[in-house]
Amino acid sequence: MGNFFEKSDLSRNQAENIISDTLSKCDDGELYLEDTKSENVLLDDNKIKNSSYNSDLGFGFRAVSGEVVAYSHSNEISENSLKQSSENLKSTLKSAQGIYNQSIPKSNKKYYENINPIEEKTLNSKIETLNKVNEYLRKKDNNVKQVTANFSGEQKSVEIIRSGGETLTDVRPLIRFNVSVMLERNGRKETGVYGIGGRQSYDSYLKDENWKNVCDEAFRIASVNLESKPAPAGEMKVVLGPGWPAILIHEAIGHGLEGDFNRKKTSAFHNLMGQKVASEGVTIVDDGTLDNKRGSLTIDDEGTPTEKTVLIENGVLKNFMQDRLNARLMKTKSTGSGRRENFRHIVLPRMRNTMMLSGNQTQDEMIKSVDRGIFAVSFGGGQVDITSGKFVFNCTEAYEIINGKIGSPIKGATLIGDGPSILKEVSMVGNDMMLDPGIGTCGKAGQGVPVGVAQPSILINKMTVGGTNL
Amino acid sequence: MVKEQDFLEKKASYCLDLAKKLGATDASVVVNNSISETVNFRNKKLDESNRSDDLGIDITTYIGKKKSSISSSNLLKDNINILIEKCIETTKNTPEDEFNSLPDKDLLVKNVKDLNLYDDTHLNNESKIEYLKTLETSASDDKKIINTESSFTEGKSNFILANTNGFCEGYKTSSFTASSVAVAKDEKSMERDYEYTRKCHLKDIKNADELGKLASEQTIRKLSPKKIGSEKIPIIFDKRIAKGILSTFAGAISSSAISRGTSFLKDKINQKIFTDSINITDKPDILKGLGSRTFDSEGVMTNTLKLVDQGILKHYLIDTYNGKKLNLKSNGRCGGSTNLYFENGKIGYKDLLSLNSKCLYITETIGHGSNIVTGDYSVGATGFLVENGEFKYPINEITIAGNFKDMFQNLNLANDLEFEYSINSPTMLIEGMVVAGK
Repeated sequence: MGNFFEKSDLSRNQAENIISDTLSKCDDGELYLEDTKSENVLLDDNKIKNSSYNSDLGFGFRAVSGEVVAYSHSNEISENSLKQSSENLKSTLKSAQGIYNQSIPKSNKKYYENINPIEEKTLNSKIETLNKVNEYLRKKDNNVKQVTANFSGEQKSVEIIRSGGETLTDVRPLIRFNVSVMLERNGRKETGVYGIGGRQSYDSYLKDENWKNVCDEAFRIASVNLESKPAPAGEMKVVLGPGWPAILIHEAIGHGLEGDFNRKKTSAFHNLMGQKVASEGVTIVDDGTLDNKRGSLTIDDEGTPTEKTVLIENGVLKNFMQDRLNARLMKTKSTGSGRRENFRHIVLPRMRNTMMLSGNQTQDEMIKSVDRGIFAVSFGGGQVDITSGKFVFNCTEAYEIINGKIGSPIKGATLIGDGPSILKEVSMVGNDMMLDPGIGTCGKAGQGVPVGVAQPSILINKMTVGGTNL
Repeated sequence: MVKEQDFLEKKASYCLDLAKKLGATDASVVVNNSISETVNFRNKKLDESNRSDDLGIDITTYIGKKKSSISSSNLLKDNINILIEKCIETTKNTPEDEFNSLPDKDLLVKNVKDLNLYDDTHLNNESKIEYLKTLETSASDDKKIINTESSFTEGKSNFILANTNGFCEGYKTSSFTASSVAVAKDEKSMERDYEYTRKCHLKDIKNADELGKLASEQTIRKLSPKKIGSEKIPIIFDKRIAKGILSTFAGAISSSAISRGTSFLKDKINQKIFTDSINITDKPDILKGLGSRTFDSEGVMTNTLKLVDQGILKHYLIDTYNGKKLNLKSNGRCGGSTNLYFENGKIGYKDLLSLNSKCLYITETIGHGSNIVTGDYSVGATGFLVENGEFKYPINEITIAGNFKDMFQNLNLANDLEFEYSINSPTMLIEGMVVAGK
């Protein structure tokens, strides 16, 4: 159990009493306490540009009555501050007449270890590795004009105290190692970026000089882009490579299957439960239970153990992702998807590791079947308009396909599609499912949370490619 | 109430003294407190109320040319002591960088002007609720509107920036923000759009009724969109998108992008990057301006800069570190631009629309498709087809693409500039871009 009350004039007992008193007539709610230590060590332009450390502490107090959420947060854990928050919540929910929902499922499973990755490696050894990265890349090729590399690490301890004193805790490590390299040749500049990470120590990713693989991959992407020509414009077939391109699934389908948008009927999927929304052979799950993955959680930010939620099974829509509030209002159960960026934010239903499972075709078959199209291997970021269903993502490594063969690399272009119909356009599903390397952050309502994605290679019959070449 | 100046000053000077005592040769610190209260409505009913009280501290310590920083929201003395010790330790272990330093003393602001950025008015939750009721009633007036979400936020903050060269300044600011997001539906489609208003002073925000009407109208007109074919076509950017292009420009002339060589505008100073008619100004001292500040986040005074004069790039946005690297003095732009705007063009809005027999009018873009290294631009877009100055029908699921270097050379502005946000642009026409659709 954390020591949130150790340095405070507020005792655990007092806090429990204030919580129970405040939530007595509410349907749900809790006190969420959070203590985060994080660091960032950044090498840029041949120098250690930044070595910073952050310590963030605070609480968020939530009361829920019907559809109404009252929330108050502060970084002062004191009797005064909690009482002030309690007053704020009570004044918003004056007429609450609910019965507090005590039930919260239990599980003993843990998906990562209780470690502090920041302390497991000295600052000097991190600086040393970053300097090696810089040297390695600049020696590799004369065209390397800029190298940026960084370590970021975090340990987040959370404690959730519910009315009646029930307490749930979790300690979450998270690290990321990232390399960006810029090449310049004949006045043309291109960048390549690659990173790895997850809920483990730095060393479990960087043993055996594994950092060289990260450098090589960033360098390879930049080199490919130096050869790239303008992307085509218009509708065509698209083959997506395995792994990180699954952010297409995340944007196109995932957000639209989050409980809040469906309860509010603002998602293009809200009336499609049980219906066929994808081609046969397409199965999509959202899984919080993969060991040490970036999107995994032992419990979500409401204390519910996470699970593997089947969203689409063999083309049919099966479940939405739910937090407690939306689950209650939609008369279903939480899927352990209630997440928040930190104590400053309310809980929303969010994705964890979103995965399209393998089929039985090969990438080769897909490419051979395309007369004119593109092969997209890696992406920058994406975005979706939940209501219209339109989504985009930006290629950072892509090639044209002509007559069943991979051709020249093409410049970064945006691809745009329609969420509800895109999965019906999937005509081949590969046998090569792969997880992304642990780099995704999903933004929603101004809150960023770490997520993972996975998919096999897939062939999409028709998408609009936003190039400049008509 | 936000914490007063002397409370923040005491915390700041405690940190500076301790940092010095523990071996820092220089140090700077920012202490800030912000309190905000938000009320959210959905479909004319209370949905959420949210109060936040944030106190935070950022400390940077220098030992000679070594530098490190820490930040924390835990201001208990014990914790601050531990953090500053840790910061000094880290500083000792961080390699030297010849360009690390506090800002030059002679550039620090001398007189902090009162720019009228703080309105003491406190609007209680009942009054916020009244505003939102009016707003939502107006937004959901039309039957096509099936969902509305609106929000009112009042924010007050105060900060102190201090360093070991004797600088110690700060001031209060306030903001009042109201927004409305509407969803409309017809047989063929469901669409969403929004409108918002944000001001330093309560009495300057848009009237609730008007805000709701705008959100509703802008949403309904997007219903039953069509997809068009791929072609080269003149594109008009609505003001709310045009200001994003200006914001990308600001990113590309930041001294860090320039000194790292990762901007398509590197080495373009004193060169013509726009046509003759284009002027861009960054003015820090607009009264009640959302981007106004008399000094930047290092304490350096800010002056008005004409960044682009008759198409020619005149200044980068420079901070101390990157300035030293580029052998230039800071111009008080650590933290970016202030109130940035394109000056008015010579042509009216209506005339801009009818300059071409056929064009696209873009009201929303999605995706992160601006690459400031190469200048390439490719984003998803929604908008309207305009023929002979008339809006014909809504358009979606298209992308628009080009390169900023070419786009800037083919850019034309209307004369409808308004100072609504911290970055503002008149309606913008760019020729020669490519639309990808069917």
